Amino acid sequence: MTPGRGFWRTATGVSAFVVALILAAGLVVWLDLAPAERTQLAALFPAPRVGLLVLFIIALIGGIFGIVRRWFRQSVEPVHRLAEATQLIAASNPDHRVPLEGSEETRQAANAVNALAQRRSELERQVEETVRAAKASVEAEKNRLAALMSELQQSVLVCNREGRILLYNSAARALLGGGGEPGTDVAPVGLGRSVFGVIDRSLILHALDSIEQQLERGAEAGAQFVTTTPAGGLLRVQAAPVLAPESQGEAEPTPSRSLAGFVLLLSDVTEAVESDSKRVALMQALSESTRGALASIRAAIETVIDYPSMDPSRRERFTGVIRDEAVRLSQRLDAVSRDFSEQLESQWPLEEMRGEDLIALARNRIDKRLALPTKLEEVDPQVWVKVDSLSVAQGITYLAARLKDEFQIREVRFRLTRGERHGQLDMLWHGAPLSLETVFAWENDPFQMGGEASPLTWKQVVARHAGEAWYRRDLPAQTAYFRLLLPLAAETRSARAAKAGSRPEFYDFDLFKLAAANTALDERLLSELTYTVFDTETTGLDPSQGDEIIAIGAARIVNGRLLSEETFEQLIDPRRPLSQASIAVHGITPERLVGQPTIAAVLPRFRRFVEDTVLVGHNAAFDMRFLQLKEAQTGVVLDQPLLDTLLLSAVIHPNQESHSLEAIAQRLGVEIVDRHSALGDAVATGEVFLRMLPLLAAAGIQTLGEARAAARRTFYARVSY
Amino acid sequence: MVKKVLIADDEPNIVLSLEFLMEQFGFEVRVAGNGGEALELVESFAPDLVLLDVMMPVKNGYEVCQHIKSAPSLHHIKVILLSAKGRDVEVAKGIEMGADAYVTKPFSTRDLAAKVRDMLGE
Repeated sequence: MTPGRGFWRTATGVSAFVVALILAAGLVVWLDLAPAERTQLAALFPAPRVGLLVLFIIALIGGIFGIVRRWFRQSVEPVHRLAEATQLIAASNPDHRVPLEGSEETRQAANAVNALAQRRSELERQVEETVRAAKASVEAEKNRLAALMSELQQSVLVCNREGRILLYNSAARALLGGGGEPGTDVAPVGLGRSVFGVIDRSLILHALDSIEQQLERGAEAGAQFVTTTPAGGLLRVQAAPVLAPESQGEAEPTPSRSLAGFVLLLSDVTEAVESDSKRVALMQALSESTRGALASIRAAIETVIDYPSMDPSRRERFTGVIRDEAVRLSQRLDAVSRDFSEQLESQWPLEEMRGEDLIALARNRIDKRLALPTKLEEVDPQVWVKVDSLSVAQGITYLAARLKDEFQIREVRFRLTRGERHGQLDMLWHGAPLSLETVFAWENDPFQMGGEASPLTWKQVVARHAGEAWYRRDLPAQTAYFRLLLPLAAETRSARAAKAGSRPEFYDFDLFKLAAANTALDERLLSELTYTVFDTETTGLDPSQGDEIIAIGAARIVNGRLLSEETFEQLIDPRRPLSQASIAVHGITPERLVGQPTIAAVLPRFRRFVEDTVLVGHNAAFDMRFLQLKEAQTGVVLDQPLLDTLLLSAVIHPNQESHSLEAIAQRLGVEIVDRHSALGDAVATGEVFLRMLPLLAAAGIQTLGEARAAARRTFYARVSY
Repeated sequence: MVKKVLIADDEPNIVLSLEFLMEQFGFEVRVAGNGGEALELVESFAPDLVLLDVMMPVKNGYEVCQHIKSAPSLHHIKVILLSAKGRDVEVAKGIEMGADAYVTKPFSTRDLAAKVRDMLGE
């Protein structure tokens, strides 16, 4: 019951009662009078006096209304507000306090409520403290896992039984997301999103089937397959089960536990597969052409040997064949080793690293183990090499050790330059020349240096890199050097690993508990839905007069958490001037919109970002009006369910005067950062929305359908733009 | 009666030796440079044995072999497949196509000659 209706009902009731009382008193007196007295009394009340009496009654009613109104203002309305505020404190903002207003009694009640709230806050803080302490170790564990995942070069996805992603690391996002800047790109990999959007459903289901069969047999379970990435690369996927925790009190472990989800380890094998298939094709072509040529040579030479009495001209034809085929064979082999040397190189796993770092590694070793001073000469910082860094550092240290021990060299220097297809790493020294026998012996002796021994030899290290190495003297400079040629690497490495710094919200294990998503949306609980909160900035207020969107910001809410890692933020070129008034609101100057995409380019991406989610906006009717006007132009239709925090606020707080984002945020204890930027407002809306959920639940609004119906009923729903 | 041998190979350098050898054994010899010619000569020349290279233009040796072995009027003709493809699966395919022998290049001319004479019952 609203105070308005209550007031009218009460005032009318009291007035009716008083008037009835007066009339009843009059009637009783009238009935008690003798006929003569009645005549006298009637004479006392001619028409003008009756009018006066009626006026008196009207004034009385007016007075009663006034008193009741005052009473309502002072005693009833404050109690209503007290009730709302108390509910607010109870359900969502414990730091809210009831205003002291109204009658003395109301004030006392308010004081008592505030004291209770204060006490509750203190208790809550104590409980929180205890819980925090208890959770610390669990949290640390989780963070270690998350950190481990995010640092891993290998891409990892963890999904629940329904294929919803509940953990991913940055490597996985980089591999499947197709790159792009975070925030502006719509990554198909995100918490709560379906893994089937990026990896073929049937392949995963097949892998899970085989894992389940293995589990039933009690075997170690795992499966793998190769598939393609959205960019057309090849992906090796290894799947492993995540088992549901064993139920308590079970005496014997059941042979097959049920799958709670699965882990996918992904690696990009495009290059490896390409290089393998090239190698295979090369080997086949080589062996076939060699067989053909050898067959001709062998047949010809055997014929010549078996038939020595053949006439000379015929014999000449046979020897001609032998010569031709031998020449062809050599040409073929030359071409192969020239064009395909990479495919023929050794397959020792080499890492890509900056040549400078490799030298630093070797110098460090020489310094620690041999105490031999080292210096740098010309070192090209742009040279990246593919190396087995340990064996190279060991080899260099070993050579330096022998130079020091056998030739009393007191210092070695390093030089790194870029050759045509190789990096040239030189170790130089002043002093005695080496004999070729010495060099040969050094190259073939197993490493032994400063107390460290290894079965490796310098020759093997060189072979491992499919490289070359030699010793040279530079007579004019009085120096000598060992030169090692190492394969060059691409220089674009490790930028990715460096960029993927932060780690927080890449996981949400609570998604394991979510039920299958097959319940109709309207019947699903508000608390378990995935939302996109969004906001737009515009050139003005009237889309029908040509005002346009200039910015869209959005963030996702998954499993009751606002994910600041998974956001959408895009400025848009409106193709029309901005008004000063609008610039004053959003602070976006026309220069910042130069070169930004148009709405037609942005909306399809926005559509992908919001896919499979419920939209939430503040005063969303305004934003939707702009978006709907673009439907025809862009073909992008946003037809998902929509919730409006303005309407929901009116649902839970019908007695509050303002439902602006600021007012709601203040009521619910949300701090708005970056107000009037699209993303800032979207995030604030999201936080406000999350705090509304318990209040809605307290009002009996649990499902999406109930929330939409309640919003429709509120007064503000009738406002149209 | 003089036995007839057809040599089908697009590689003249090997044909030179094969042709000479077969002639030395007194066989009547014809040469086809590709699979199409080989099929024509199988009909017109009616050989007793075909030395058939696998990788040839127009029609490959497998196809020619299959054709010979599936035609009732031709399937008595002995076929020796000669091939630079030496993997098990390729040998298996050749035998499946009906070849009487599959010889991987390079081969010993003496062994090949012995095999030919054996098949022709000489």
